[in-house]
Amino acid sequence: MEFSAEKLAKVNEIIARYPEGKQKSALLPVLHLAQQEFGGWLSVETMDYVASLLKLEPIEVYEVATFYSMYNLKPVGKYMFEVCQTGPCMLRGSDDIIKYIEDKLGIKPGETTADGMFTLKTVECLGACGYAPMMQLGKHYREHLTKEKVDQIIEECRRNAAAGN
Amino acid sequence: MGRKLLLEKAHIEGIRYYDTYRREGGYAAVEKALKMTPDEVTDQVKKSGLRGRGGAGFPTGMKWSFLAKPEGVPRYLVCNADESEPGTFKDRYLMEHIPHLLIEGLIVSSYALGSNRTYIYIRGEYAWIVDILEQAVAEAKKNGWLGNNIKGSGFNLEIYVHRGAGAYICGEETALIESLEGKRGNPRIKPPFPAVKGLWDCPTVVNNVETLAAVVPIINMGGEEYAKIGVGKSTGTKLISACGNINKPGVYEIDMTISVEEFIYSDEYCGGIANGKRLKACIPGGSSVPILPANLLLKTAKGETRMMNYESLADGGFQTGSMMGSGGFIVLDEDQCVVRHTLTLARFYRHESCGQCSPCREGTGWMEKILKNIEYGKGKMSDIDLLWDIQRRIEGNTICPLGDAAAWPVAAAIRHFRDEFEWHVTNREECLKRNYGLANYAEPIKATA
Ligand SMILES: Cc1cc2nc3c(=O)[nH]c(=O)nc-3n(C[C@H](O)[C@H](O)[C@H](O)COP(=O)(O)O)c2cc1C
Ligand code: SF4
Ligand code: FES
Repeated sequence: MEFSAEKLAKVNEIIARYPEGKQKSALLPVLHLAQQEFGGWLSVETMDYVASLLKLEPIEVYEVATFYSMYNLKPVGKYMFEVCQTGPCMLRGSDDIIKYIEDKLGIKPGETTADGMFTLKTVECLGACGYAPMMQLGKHYREHLTKEKVDQIIEECRRNAAAGN
Repeated sequence: MGRKLLLEKAHIEGIRYYDTYRREGGYAAVEKALKMTPDEVTDQVKKSGLRGRGGAGFPTGMKWSFLAKPEGVPRYLVCNADESEPGTFKDRYLMEHIPHLLIEGLIVSSYALGSNRTYIYIRGEYAWIVDILEQAVAEAKKNGWLGNNIKGSGFNLEIYVHRGAGAYICGEETALIESLEGKRGNPRIKPPFPAVKGLWDCPTVVNNVETLAAVVPIINMGGEEYAKIGVGKSTGTKLISACGNINKPGVYEIDMTISVEEFIYSDEYCGGIANGKRLKACIPGGSSVPILPANLLLKTAKGETRMMNYESLADGGFQTGSMMGSGGFIVLDEDQCVVRHTLTLARFYRHESCGQCSPCREGTGWMEKILKNIEYGKGKMSDIDLLWDIQRRIEGNTICPLGDAAAWPVAAAIRHFRDEFEWHVTNREECLKRNYGLANYAEPIKATA
């Protein structure tokens, strides 16, 4: 397991954002990069690699990776639907949206479809309360969700997967 | 139409990019500030009466003047873009639409504080905004507003965007600093305060996105002019992110002289309650502040019109008032269930507690559990008092204010909507039947609009 030369250059650029000797500060951004590069989650092997890159003890990486909700500590589907369930989204019908996705994909929050395509996750407020209900899909938010929109998103993911994206 | 200082130009086509922003008068505040001394800049901020827009409302100029300045030790400014308080999405709007306003505010503020390395700590989920900000930083640098000897002033500055990874607690300033150091986001015991010992043990100021953006109009117009906008100690403008059951959810800039009623019902702002329903309740300043029933929201206990400013929203203390907080304005219509809404907030705080202090770690868990029982028709009358007791034991007994933030919403919900909690206990079957999309039982308060 190793980053490409291009990604290693990125790691060094991140380290350079912090003063000399403070490379531990690069941990969160580098973990994001590692998760993205190595299959969408952080295995122990991945975390150990990050520790060696930043000259940290492995435990320093594990304790951080387990603290933050965006790091996945087990494999997830190709597409992760992170649906917000906090108050303001609930007021605009997030309960129904979550139920609809559960029924449509046949999975509960925290589960992944058998084909490894979709993971459903309920999350807490993502700062999109005025555009509720919403979910995060990869880097972007999908807002003002309706059942029809959910159908479209699922279709879109399937199409993208079939096209090899 | 209220006065706009931050979002006035946010709708101009291309304002996200440097050329347009500059053509529209951007970076004038930097030009002006670099001709002043750092203390003169701080002085203008003091005169403006600007109060921190992150939630606590602490006077910004005063906070800046507390910054320790030992010789030979770097000082840091950190911009708090963690924005995770439910109901709050104003910083996101500002950064997405007019990122250079923040960069400009950061340059001026860094100059005033003597920070040569300034960080924007942004919540990890705002991944696409990281790109927007990094692009803005690169453009500013290309045009000589960042780097060494900025515009011949002798002042050096680099701005870096640092992405978090999903943890509300990292909005608390000492947790944010820990996180920026590459650690778990556990708040520190204060003192020492960050102004003396912050990032990498150096003197540090942490300010909210909106606070730092507001420094731009302050420098442009002068602190005294800025202080003339608004009322009393609520000077300038405030961004309000409005959500819930209203016709026009979104981010609005107000000058703090309008009433809550106008804010909710006028077409310029929320446009009234959605689907022709009536107003039941509102959390005016983000999930941590007390919920108010419609009658106490529109009028204070003394019968005065409640205004959208720091003092008026807090009028009556926690007994009959609330707080401006972060400006996250959450509106509940007559069909909404306060128990269920409070349950989601309790779950949020349990999820976000860092676990260092037992009252917060254990208390948030118990509150969620008891609320869940009540909401799902398994509660007892004594649970309501138990809930009250737990929240009271958390408040004031923890390292950081997340404990209070978790306790207050529960306390206010019981204080103002006890009958609704009791209804859940006496109507178990009904609760179960109406698990999704609850409640028409409590006679909704009639709004006058
Ligand atoms: C649990 C908790 C979460 C917070 N989250 C944020 C946040 O997301 N953004 C923010 O600006 N301030 C947040 N604050 C307030 C900060 O600790 C700090 O007071 C603020 O960044 C200071 O900036 P200001 O003076 O400009 O408001 C939070 C505080 C607590 C206790
Ligand atoms: S109050 Fe809660 S979040 Fe704050 S330090 Fe204690 S346990 Fe952590
Ligand atoms: S409550 Fe869902 S994004 Fe804020």
